[in-house]
Amino acid sequence: MFDFLEGYDVLGAFWTTVQLTLLSAVGSLIWGTLLAAMRVSPVPLMRGFGTAYVNIVRNIPLTVIIVFTSIGLADIFRVTLGAADDFEALSFRLSILGFVAYTAAFVCEAIRSGINTVPVGQAEAARAIGLSFTQVLWLIVLPQAFRSVIGPLANVLIALTKNTTVAAAIGVAEAATLMKEMIENEAQTLAIGAVFAFGFVVLTLPTGLFLGWLSKRLAVKR
Amino acid sequence: MKLRKVTAAAAAALVLSLTATACGSDDDDSDAGSGSTAGGGDTIKIGIKYDQPGLGLKEPNGYSGFDVDVATYVAKELGYDADQIEWVETKSADRESALARGDVKFIAATYSITEERQEKVDFAGPYLLAHQDLLTKTDSDITEATDLNGKRLCSVTGSTSAQNIKDEIAPDAQLREYGTYSECIAGLQSGAVDAVTTDDSILAGYAAQEQYKGQFKLAGLKLSNENYGIGVKKGDTETVNNINTALEKMVSDGAWDTAVKDNFGPADYKNEPAPKIGDIVS
Amino acid sequence: MSSVLYDAPGPRAKRRNIILSVVFFALLALLAWWIYRALDDKGQLEWALWEPFTESEAWTTYLLPGLGNTLKAAGLSMIIALPLGAFFGIARMSDHRWVRIPAGAVVEFFRAIPVLLLMLFANEFYARSTDVSTDDRPLYAVVTGLVLYNASVLAEIVRAGILALPKGQTEAAQAIGLRKGQTMTNVLLPQAVTAMLPAIVSQLVVIVKDTALGGVMIGFTELLNSRGTLAAFYATVIPSFIVVAIMYIILNFILTSFASWLEGRLRRSKRSTGAVLGAEDVEELNAAEIGGAYGSGASA
Repeated sequence: MFDFLEGYDVLGAFWTTVQLTLLSAVGSLIWGTLLAAMRVSPVPLMRGFGTAYVNIVRNIPLTVIIVFTSIGLADIFRVTLGAADDFEALSFRLSILGFVAYTAAFVCEAIRSGINTVPVGQAEAARAIGLSFTQVLWLIVLPQAFRSVIGPLANVLIALTKNTTVAAAIGVAEAATLMKEMIENEAQTLAIGAVFAFGFVVLTLPTGLFLGWLSKRLAVKR
Repeated sequence: MKLRKVTAAAAAALVLSLTATACGSDDDDSDAGSGSTAGGGDTIKIGIKYDQPGLGLKEPNGYSGFDVDVATYVAKELGYDADQIEWVETKSADRESALARGDVKFIAATYSITEERQEKVDFAGPYLLAHQDLLTKTDSDITEATDLNGKRLCSVTGSTSAQNIKDEIAPDAQLREYGTYSECIAGLQSGAVDAVTTDDSILAGYAAQEQYKGQFKLAGLKLSNENYGIGVKKGDTETVNNINTALEKMVSDGAWDTAVKDNFGPADYKNEPAPKIGDIVS
Repeated sequence: MSSVLYDAPGPRAKRRNIILSVVFFALLALLAWWIYRALDDKGQLEWALWEPFTESEAWTTYLLPGLGNTLKAAGLSMIIALPLGAFFGIARMSDHRWVRIPAGAVVEFFRAIPVLLLMLFANEFYARSTDVSTDDRPLYAVVTGLVLYNASVLAEIVRAGILALPKGQTEAAQAIGLRKGQTMTNVLLPQAVTAMLPAIVSQLVVIVKDTALGGVMIGFTELLNSRGTLAAFYATVIPSFIVVAIMYIILNFILTSFASWLEGRLRRSKRSTGAVLGAEDVEELNAAEIGGAYGSGASA
């Protein structure tokens, strides 16, 4: 029944999916935290930028962003991320850049709501002992905020895992690209779709369950 | 209190919309031309591409392209006038399923006949013999497949042409893949890639477009054989035979040549002569 | 303007903020100039590429029908997914095992499958087991895929909102003799939904954007799919992406503005349940009062 799988490196394609997911997750966690810091910072222009960034990027379909990294950033703005002569590496890196830019907007909002769950007294006490804005944020508020937003960040991570399929739009050799190839060759859209759906369930279900457990364990008891 | 009003309104809207759509679907169940082959007041549904200049393109005033012309001619022979045709967009991944479900009577959408596909659908034709080829800028020095290694190419993600390049023709070429050929052509124009590769008929369609006239040329390499057939639901031999008769007539009365000239002419496309029905070049 | 995260700026801090602002502004301006130059350099600002968007034909043939379908699919999905999500969220907290476990399984399962594939399967399902006409089927399939996925995510948001409510709410409701169902529908759900509105709105934005997946495989002619057809006909690739991106931004902006207006109305009489930190726009986000934590609408 599954003889159409022969000759295709399905596991390899899913490995690329995993790599895309992990690298983008790390990148968007960093960029998203910075954005969140900007959105609560004392500098009005940075606040404005953070707000505008989130509201624009979050509202554009991911496909448009990913395609734009390639036909826009790479072809027009010559941003080649050190891989101008190696298209395979180029599209891989560009897609990560796109995922980071997009996912960071969601990470930023998650962290910002996490900041909002920290009781006012914490920040007031920190300021009372003379800590600066960066210190208040980095030492007192963010550590507590992160622990309370593991749940929503897990949502973002699951969505990101599935979102990596959009990288097929610029030909990164991940699961969705292989799926397209197989459908083109084997003419069995549904069976092939089912195999890949199963692959994503295997990837995302444990992630969701593990992070759900973790968020309960690390929850700040009040 | 307020919230309850909102939920109530939402629920009401839900019920309304559900009933509305339910009623709506009742009165228009015109099935994929599954009615009699003899026309009358019936319509026929035909699957084409919407975004392929020269083959199947949706325009403000209708549809154009070689596939569209062939399909219109065939439909006429089957007893349907042009205004009885309902065009349906069939994406590549959806072609076999659309036929199996009976969404469309037949599909003329750059549909190459392959063994795997023949297991799922029946093919009439072929009606055009295309080859994988290269489209370059007019001043390009790429003339042979061996020139390709080390060059920057572009094709559509997962397409047969892209796989051919990677596996056989030029494994050392840099291949970029996009969702549609339009993006590749934009890259070719901006100099981001050296050549776009896919069926010469598709490439000719772009080269013949008003906006690109004189900018691109076809290399004329025959890197593969693509036998374009008309896809029909598995087992519908009657329709296959009717379409084959129509295609033969189209070639013999010169309409086929006119269609090729009209759609690919400006691209300096050297088409193969009309293929004989059932004659699949492998 | 003042925030609990930093003191009101004194003269030195003011100067530093101004310098930071100037530097930041200069960087942004530089970026804008670079974008303009690169676009100009590659001929992307030529009028011929943008002219199609001034013609009414481009709008009536491609963009407006596409936009219409996007709105139709997104609207239907929202109307169905919202109550369904609330239902599953509540079911997952039921005291009965036989309700809780299936509901949890459904939510986890549909959250894990890519929406694109859900749409593909739904399309096949409708073709095999219903007599939905072939013209309507792509819409049905798109809406089904979006509803299954987004109702699952909304269920989680609603559940998080209810769990984060102070225990006193349930206890007070029980004390005045409300039954379990009454407590849920009259006390907990309204508060949870109001509190989680920002998260719910992000998820609605995701619905609008995800309608675009319908054009990838099952031939639903929504906005992004129509863009492809338009780009092929007018041979204008990058400008078409920019125009469509702007249309999505405006569309979602209208949606979020409407939602925050609604939120303001719903919240007006409500007393806050506890003070929390926040930037100058706490108002916009103070879902956080109740663990707005579970905020971020993930996207697919």
